[in-house]
Amino acid sequence: MKQSQIRNFSIIAHIDHGKSTLADRLLEATGALSDREKTDQFLDKMDLERERGITIKAQAVRLNYHSADGQDYVLNLIDTPGHVDFTYEVSRSLSACEGALLVVDASQGVEAQTLANVYLAIDENLEVFPVLNKIDLPSAEPERVRAEIEEIIGLDASDAVVASAKMGIGIDAILEAIVKKIPEPKGDPEGPLKALIFDSWYDPYQGVIVLVRVVDGSLKKGDRIKLMANRKEYEILKVGVFAPHPVAINELTAGEVGFITASIKVVQDAKVGDTITHVRRPAEKALPGFKVVKPMVFSGLYPVDSGDYDDLRDAMEKLRLNDSSFSFEPENSMALGFGFRCGFLGLLHMEIIQERLEREFGVDLITTAPTVVYRVTTVKGELINVDSANKLPDIQYIGQIEEPFILASVHVPNEFVGAVLALCEEKRGVQREIKYLTATRVMVIYELPLNEIVLDFYDRLKTLSRGYASLDYEHLDYRQSELVRLNVLINGDLVDALSLIVHRDKAQYRGRELVAKMKEFIPRQQFEVAIQAAIGNKVIARESVKALRKDVTAKCYGGDITRKRKLLEKQKEGKKRMKQVGNVELPQEAFLAILKVKESK
Amino acid sequence: MPGLYLHIPFCQRKCSYCDFFSVCATEQEIAGYPELLARHLDMARGQGWSGPFDTVYFGGGTPSLLRPEAVDTILEAVTRTFGLAHAAEITLEANPGTVTLPSLTGYRQAGINRLSLGLQSCSDHQLEVLGRLHDRREGFTAVQWARDAGFDNLSLDLMFALPGQTVDDLEEDLGCYLGLNPEHLSCYGLTAEPQTPLQASVAAGELSLPDEEFYADAFLLVHERLVSAGYEHYEIANYARQGYACRHNLGYWQRGPYLGIGAGAHSFRADPWGSRWEVPPDLKAFRKKLLDRQEPMQCLERFDRESALSETIYLALRTRRGISDIELQQRFGVTLTEAFPEVVVSCDQWLSHVDDRWSLTPAGWLLFDRLILPFL
Repeated sequence: MKQSQIRNFSIIAHIDHGKSTLADRLLEATGALSDREKTDQFLDKMDLERERGITIKAQAVRLNYHSADGQDYVLNLIDTPGHVDFTYEVSRSLSACEGALLVVDASQGVEAQTLANVYLAIDENLEVFPVLNKIDLPSAEPERVRAEIEEIIGLDASDAVVASAKMGIGIDAILEAIVKKIPEPKGDPEGPLKALIFDSWYDPYQGVIVLVRVVDGSLKKGDRIKLMANRKEYEILKVGVFAPHPVAINELTAGEVGFITASIKVVQDAKVGDTITHVRRPAEKALPGFKVVKPMVFSGLYPVDSGDYDDLRDAMEKLRLNDSSFSFEPENSMALGFGFRCGFLGLLHMEIIQERLEREFGVDLITTAPTVVYRVTTVKGELINVDSANKLPDIQYIGQIEEPFILASVHVPNEFVGAVLALCEEKRGVQREIKYLTATRVMVIYELPLNEIVLDFYDRLKTLSRGYASLDYEHLDYRQSELVRLNVLINGDLVDALSLIVHRDKAQYRGRELVAKMKEFIPRQQFEVAIQAAIGNKVIARESVKALRKDVTAKCYGGDITRKRKLLEKQKEGKKRMKQVGNVELPQEAFLAILKVKESK
Repeated sequence: MPGLYLHIPFCQRKCSYCDFFSVCATEQEIAGYPELLARHLDMARGQGWSGPFDTVYFGGGTPSLLRPEAVDTILEAVTRTFGLAHAAEITLEANPGTVTLPSLTGYRQAGINRLSLGLQSCSDHQLEVLGRLHDRREGFTAVQWARDAGFDNLSLDLMFALPGQTVDDLEEDLGCYLGLNPEHLSCYGLTAEPQTPLQASVAAGELSLPDEEFYADAFLLVHERLVSAGYEHYEIANYARQGYACRHNLGYWQRGPYLGIGAGAHSFRADPWGSRWEVPPDLKAFRKKLLDRQEPMQCLERFDRESALSETIYLALRTRRGISDIELQQRFGVTLTEAFPEVVVSCDQWLSHVDDRWSLTPAGWLLFDRLILPFL
């Protein structure tokens, strides 16, 4: 296919600003969906994606469009995930495009989440053009929002398309704008093959399905290919496009987007960002931007019912088939029994995996507090990576501990700069730079310990900036730090699953707040429950949950017996979600209480 | 012998805390109701229920909205269809705000021999908060009339843990009650049941109920005062002088059979492991079914050995008498320790085991809903 007739684009939008509805309309307008298929949010296939309004996996859909200029075009819509945890994946999806629609709610205006992705798109040299959506709402203020886009993002919004995806307004104008404004791909169809992998997933019948953007050259069934980063070779079994249903085609040429299968067994072999080339005529250099994504946040996942252990392992194995950034290995806790230490990209990723395990696989879980990987040098000079507080050696064996630092860039309107600086200082940050992007838009750059970020930095940032701050970060280095293990004792017994690694200066405060928070989560039991926080043998904080005094149904006569007994049976079912530690029943939230601890200066 | 429960689902107005089935009805509707009950009794006989009944209980709602003649008609229908055992206990629940000396005399003459008066409190303020029809003075008068009408088995309801109540308030109430010298007392801590006006006012912050500490202290105070005045605390919410425990209600907790007649009434058949039945709480539907000669009862649940065992324990542990290992062995082939070894250990502090009988202590009763869970 001629590259002049191809447009590759993606849609950038804040949650609820109408990305999925717009995608549905574009599919409908180009005849990609039959009436029967016009379900809402066609592209968000997972329940979780629909409910939370976020896209977790990337998608690529080919739309055939007959333009007003009389030409037929192929428009490839590449739908990207949208959250700071998936920044790398988003950047690869974007680099498969030449342009992006920036969808902004015409009454809400520009929101923070959009910004990070717009900047990513600009970094990838994409042509970004704004669409003012939900124009049908009485509260729509297109002129104000237009000005906002120009001021905050610095994009020319004078000819922004005005639309209502819900009402079907402006859809043709958007399609025309895609054709007119987004540049055509400019690859070398005759050059050695270079195709970018921007997502992959496991299919039980075909093995791994790989989404690719061909940059140079072409891909055909039967080609011997090589993945340049992992150096493995495969033979292509199938080449196709999603339109939106999979259709096999003969070849994908420069500028095109589609999928391949090649007997790749695991998604870990088809890493996002890797370059596909031919074995016989390989490209000299891989496409830029490839990174090996490593889990940054670790936590323990345990089945509430220890009988569910095998089910949990099976479920995790299934999830890993489709998620190369999720890792797990068996772990054993005195308090929780057998479970797994799992690695995630970030907190949202952790929440998503946890929710999918509970929902899709029906396993009730206890999640322990997230932690980062520390480097410990023992007094004997051995280097240990510690991804769990319980693996931290006793203090007398520790030579030094190092913790990972990140370089965080916070985009924020200037009225919130003071609050952001205060937060970064509180989180032990080291200021690098404060840049004024526009008169009202500031970029605050800090070096921050990752362990502070995984607790509640992101939530706090969102709250203090009323959602307007956006966060992007990259990994920097490891730095020596004064870290200690904070233990929690319940009725005098150490509960290993509750241990945390914290900075010495914060231990006292965190300990106090943690036990106070746990007190809120632990329901009254038949006896008093003492919660203590300790460093080594020294107790630094204590709270107690008073013994339950009263829990009784006063009346129980002939007409009450069945109903009231059934209520009790339901309660009993509910209690199964609690974890028995010693003789104390702890609810799931108690294990994540540290995430709910509010800090003060 | 089985018991008979007759549900009278009418009230002049609903009390703020009540979640029982009742409706505000016209006098005409109330007057037509005994005829429906008689039909229902006839039908039940055809369905294999059998008498005679050892106990009869007019519950509600407000059974004292029935005229004495209506009660008489109903009891006659009972005698005609199933028969009454010798010295049957026949209870009627009465609202002090709806009775007169003649009406009480009429009930007594119709055959009612046990009167349960919904006195609830001796405090005018609390009676108002509860949305009761009567005040303190009318309550006392009703008790006097009951005695004058010849009731020598009188039960009074007492509510505690009322909004704003102090220990002194409760002591005062208890003093008043003991002065009235009833044979039987039913004592309930006020709880905000879902979908009641009381719960709405609590949720809206207009009213606040005492905390669980006060509830517990109040429960134990009531226990102490009444036991030392010679009453037996024979069930979580019930006290009686020797020989005056309510036989009808004991039947519920011993899983004895009972037939429930009227809209919203429940029945329990003792067939192999037991089954519980319900007439849906819908007066119109009840009337229509009976006029169409259709069975108004539907099965709520059928028990097997395991669920019968659980429920036996659940009900028996509400009573002072508790549960006997010998009885369990006879009925289910296991002792309590054999059936629930770990639970018996974990509840040890609240369980007493005397002369083969297991029962909960008063402090254990306060935690009944929690302690009973592992048995379910």
